[in-house]
Amino acid sequence: MANFFNSSVGKKIIMSLSGLFLILFLLVHLSINFLTVVDPSGKLFNQASEFMETNPFIFVMQFVLAAGFLFHIFYGTWLTLQNRKTRPVPYAVSTQSNVSWSSQNMWITGAVILGFLVLHLYNYFYKLKFTDLIESGQMTEFELVTGLFHVNNWIYTLLYVSWFIILGLHLNHALQSAFQTIGLNNQQWLNRLKWLSSIYAIFITIGFSTISLYFFIRSILN
Amino acid sequence: MNFTLKIWRQANPKDKGRFEIYKIENISPDASFLEMLDILNEKLIREGKDPVAFDHDCREGICGMCSLYINGRPHGPDDDVTTCQLHMRKFKDGETITIEPWRAAAFPVVKDLIVDRNAFDKILQAGGFISVNTGSAPDANAIPIPSHIAEEAFDAAACIGCGACVAACKNSSAMLFVAAKVSHLALLPQGRIEAAKRVKAMIAKMDELGFGSCTNTGACEAECPKNISIAHIARLNREFLCANIKE
Repeated sequence: MANFFNSSVGKKIIMSLSGLFLILFLLVHLSINFLTVVDPSGKLFNQASEFMETNPFIFVMQFVLAAGFLFHIFYGTWLTLQNRKTRPVPYAVSTQSNVSWSSQNMWITGAVILGFLVLHLYNYFYKLKFTDLIESGQMTEFELVTGLFHVNNWIYTLLYVSWFIILGLHLNHALQSAFQTIGLNNQQWLNRLKWLSSIYAIFITIGFSTISLYFFIRSILN
Repeated sequence: MNFTLKIWRQANPKDKGRFEIYKIENISPDASFLEMLDILNEKLIREGKDPVAFDHDCREGICGMCSLYINGRPHGPDDDVTTCQLHMRKFKDGETITIEPWRAAAFPVVKDLIVDRNAFDKILQAGGFISVNTGSAPDANAIPIPSHIAEEAFDAAACIGCGACVAACKNSSAMLFVAAKVSHLALLPQGRIEAAKRVKAMIAKMDELGFGSCTNTGACEAECPKNISIAHIARLNREFLCANIKE
């Protein structure tokens, strides 16, 4: 198997498995966040947050998740740099081939997602884990999460929705590409997987954006 | 029809190379792209200049010898044809046409628009064959093969090894070429026996020769003159994964 991990196809398979793991994580993340909209009093979300903070499985999984993210980011960057070396003299006319924008710009959308991820971790993960905002009773998890999308700091809602759109562009190529790389594709499924990938991307983008916009609009109305 | 041609000129592999501009007039819309280049070369020879070097052979779209990256697309603006089957009517009168060689570390420029595609031969030599003589064509029904399998194998076997897939890919990946060869042999009983050994050997050689990895953009499929599907790449990945698991 040593040759497998050193081969171009093996490396891609590892990359796509890390991507599929993150794709699953996004679904879990969205499901839990959606509790804020399902129960706008915040009770349900606070219960879920408490469960997440105390459950030993989740405690272990957060390290696995961090490792998954770091691996996906660094391995992806390394593979992109390796691939760049394969064309030392670039074309004078850039490609006019009929290919999707997302598929050609995975590293760029990935880099933008990473930039926002740092901001996102500061806004939530840092404040939850390394400050006593919750313990001291200053605010609940629900207030921390939804408070960011207030009309007073509208720039956050704009940034987050833009981020979800870029994430959607990344996912539009990601899901179908992962299936193709691990060999789970054929002539019949090529287009079906492209559709499935786009539907998943739209679902994630609209899902997360809905939550941000819901609390943003609510802050205007109140 | 009149055209302005912006052509890559490079005297030898070590030369840095540059674009040169040529004006060409009175070209028939029914002339093929290579005939247009022939007319240009005759003009250059009459003027005592060095003609533009480009690869060609059968001019029937089946040998895989012609190449050329024309206005940002391998084999030019028409779909599912090689450069020799491309006609000047596909361009606008007065258009500027930029002609570049295939660009890839694994396909070094020999001269002007000619690149060395020996890397493809080396990949084939690594495993793109059946080790024993399987004799002449068997009787049609001696080995029953379902028609959809035969069709799929034949579609893969349509690869002419021109290298447009490598030229189109942003990673200069040879995956569509290797996938076509692996798929065509793995689908049929004669080739099935050595499938695991073959896929590992061909991928190892592909990596060794400096081709990039596949990021599933589908540019290869979009530009393949034989319209070979990236579904074959999925099979290649599957074959490779299974071959390594069984090891």
